[in-house]
Amino acid sequence: MHIRPILVALRKHKLATFLIAMEIALACAVLCNAVFIIANRLSAMNIVTGVDEASLGEIVVTGFEPKEASDLNARMIAGLAAIPGVESVHAVSSVPFGPQAGVAGVTLDHKHYGTVIDYYVGDSGTIKALGLELVAGAMPDADDYQAIPDKAWLPPSARVLVTRALADRLWPGESPLGKMFWTGPYQYRVIGVVANFMGAAANGGGRAEWSAFVPALPGGTLAGTYQIRANPQDLERVMTEARKTVATIAPDVVLDHENSQSIPVLRAAHFATDRAMAGMLIGVIAALLGVTALGIVGLASFWVAQRRKQIGIRRAIGATRGDILRYFQTENFLIVTFGIVIGMLLAFVLNAVLMKFYELPHLPLYYLPIGALALWGLGQLAVLGPALRAAAVPPVVATRSV
Amino acid sequence: MFGYYLDLALRSLRRNKVLTGLMVLAIALGIGASMTTLTVLHVLSGNPIPGKSAQLYHVQIDPRDSFGYRPGMEPMDQVSWIDGMNLLHAQGAQQQALMTGGRVAIQPPRTTLDPFFEAARYTSAGFFPMFDVPFQYGRAWTAKDDQDRARLVVLSHVLNDKLFGGKNSVGKMLRLGGHDFLIIGVLGDWRPNPHFYDLNVQSYNEDEGVYMPLTTSQDAGFDHDGGTDCWGNGADGKDMTRNDHCAWLQFWVQLDTPAKATAYKQFLIRYSEEQKSLGRFQRPPNVRLRNVMQWLDYNQVVPSNVRLQTWLAFGLLLVCLVNTVGLMLAKFMRRQGELSVRRAMGASRRMLFTQLLVESGMVGLAGGIGGLLLALMGLWVVRHRPAEYASLAHLDPAMLLITFVLAIGASLLAGLLPAWRACHIAPASALKSQ
Repeated sequence: MHIRPILVALRKHKLATFLIAMEIALACAVLCNAVFIIANRLSAMNIVTGVDEASLGEIVVTGFEPKEASDLNARMIAGLAAIPGVESVHAVSSVPFGPQAGVAGVTLDHKHYGTVIDYYVGDSGTIKALGLELVAGAMPDADDYQAIPDKAWLPPSARVLVTRALADRLWPGESPLGKMFWTGPYQYRVIGVVANFMGAAANGGGRAEWSAFVPALPGGTLAGTYQIRANPQDLERVMTEARKTVATIAPDVVLDHENSQSIPVLRAAHFATDRAMAGMLIGVIAALLGVTALGIVGLASFWVAQRRKQIGIRRAIGATRGDILRYFQTENFLIVTFGIVIGMLLAFVLNAVLMKFYELPHLPLYYLPIGALALWGLGQLAVLGPALRAAAVPPVVATRSV
Repeated sequence: MFGYYLDLALRSLRRNKVLTGLMVLAIALGIGASMTTLTVLHVLSGNPIPGKSAQLYHVQIDPRDSFGYRPGMEPMDQVSWIDGMNLLHAQGAQQQALMTGGRVAIQPPRTTLDPFFEAARYTSAGFFPMFDVPFQYGRAWTAKDDQDRARLVVLSHVLNDKLFGGKNSVGKMLRLGGHDFLIIGVLGDWRPNPHFYDLNVQSYNEDEGVYMPLTTSQDAGFDHDGGTDCWGNGADGKDMTRNDHCAWLQFWVQLDTPAKATAYKQFLIRYSEEQKSLGRFQRPPNVRLRNVMQWLDYNQVVPSNVRLQTWLAFGLLLVCLVNTVGLMLAKFMRRQGELSVRRAMGASRRMLFTQLLVESGMVGLAGGIGGLLLALMGLWVVRHRPAEYASLAHLDPAMLLITFVLAIGASLLAGLLPAWRACHIAPASALKSQ
């Protein structure tokens, strides 16, 4: 295929060529960045909490006096455990994607509070129900579960589990086992390390996985939030029954309907905004590509109509239908390529602007060839119709005056 | 003449339905997307208390210890109980209110309703006159009630509808969190959006149902709801009203003139210096006085998602415009013959130009109508999204007007270049080549 004649022809239509190329460039910039934002949102949604999410749910009740806490715990744990299908019920401070509870700064020297962590308080058996994976040290034993004093929200001292991320943060390069840390007057000694564990911190929007599990006995402030474990197939049925059962086992408390859900439901609700945003971006991308394709179709049709006579002459002097078809396809390819080159620069400019105003990393380079392929494909598809119409122009047109 | 141009434009647009349709569709898509996102942005960045937003100021002081201090850093967003009470009792402004959010369990008088939680506002009496809160029934409480820790509440009209079927409930008792409270007032329709006076709870669509004196709420032992910022050894679980190291209250003042605002700022600096000399504060005086719009701006209350969407939608509109320019160019250049005949018959370039712009404007009008339909659809989708501001997304008359101005303006802009090109062809050569 000779490119020179095409370039010469395009030079006669500088403005239209430039417009199509600009459209492609803008589409390329927006496309790359929008796809990148979607990919970011989706990867944020894949956050690992380190617990058996599919088997767990949460029931939250409020509106009881602190002195009723122990009685409420006993009634709730017994009542919920009696629901067929429930494997275990534990009093806990929070669950992943549940309402946030127990966020506090920790210190190693009583002077510097540089690290804010999530405390997860639970009674014995909670760890097993959560399905946490121990990577070093030991689990707390029965003696480690102590009562929480009045008005306090944590036991004053305990042997606790921390996440590997927290251990690396507090004691980089050292073994965390046996080390101490403090939050105000509360002091904790690390006895074990778990691989992954996100408490309510999963809500925090990119907050680091700095959590500690503090063993405690139910009662005092450890009341009102219950973690239910059931077979994944039964979980939704169990949760529905559990919400109903609360009215009979504790008629005077207020059930928090919004948060008394299975973890999969809480997780879906938590990421609903991100999903909606991804949906909106997909809509914008579709509209953008659609409009660009329509623009190409419109202008290519105009050119075909304008050049009917010339096409007829070319056909009359020996050009095949394939030649005409390829002419328009090559022409489109050249314009789109020109657009993509500008578009790649624009994509990086747009990315830089977005990075300034939103928390967004650098656009990875591999987005560019993918974006280019998509736009080449789009251009070829859009021009196919007009190009086929051009190829169908009979040579006899050359002999007629329009 | 304009009527004639309209007629010509209609004929021309009808002659090439596909190209016209493509242009209208492109404009409609761009306008629909931009108007949807612009409306959401407009609703979210609105003034919650028009007419008074410039006279209401949010007070920030910095009571923290010297650890982590850097010159120029922002003071804390909220104030502690002790500072709040000191500033409240100093009466340094025309109106002032110290407040925080909360949630109270309501045991409804009607047995058909289960107990439920309701968002509450614990505040000193200055809240109602300062924010011009309308009352449907009854009245607000007084500073004396604050002092007496009186067990009384004011309800929102939504909660009054729910509990008492909308009847005048003033004088009735309501059981909240195990205590009895006397209802002394019911608010009229008052829903400031954004919820400017406390951005720690939801920023939008946050309607408190229960209002009670701040002192009463602490007396009754109700927990507060919202942000708590502690420093030093603040998080030691002590009673919040005695805790000097946690900030959890918002303090608002009304200052009618800039001079008064300057004077009040001086007062805050003196207060900080005084507290520092007493040893309570350790940092140099660091105060801020922001009015409502500055406060909303400082807190970046409009979600960044919404801004991002608006930018994207305008990106789409730009692509649609470039597209329309290309299509109009094709359309106008195809009519070289017709335009040359009109030129040869005596029409001036200016007349041709006007005629072509009228045609562009008509495309814009059609695109605007299509865009409006798309925007209404888009807003319907937004309203069904799980965002806290979802139910606010409605088109108002101003945005309706902007839709058409934007659509017609955009299409005229898109038509300028092609029209200019089309009326600058030499009629003789164009006619000869026919």
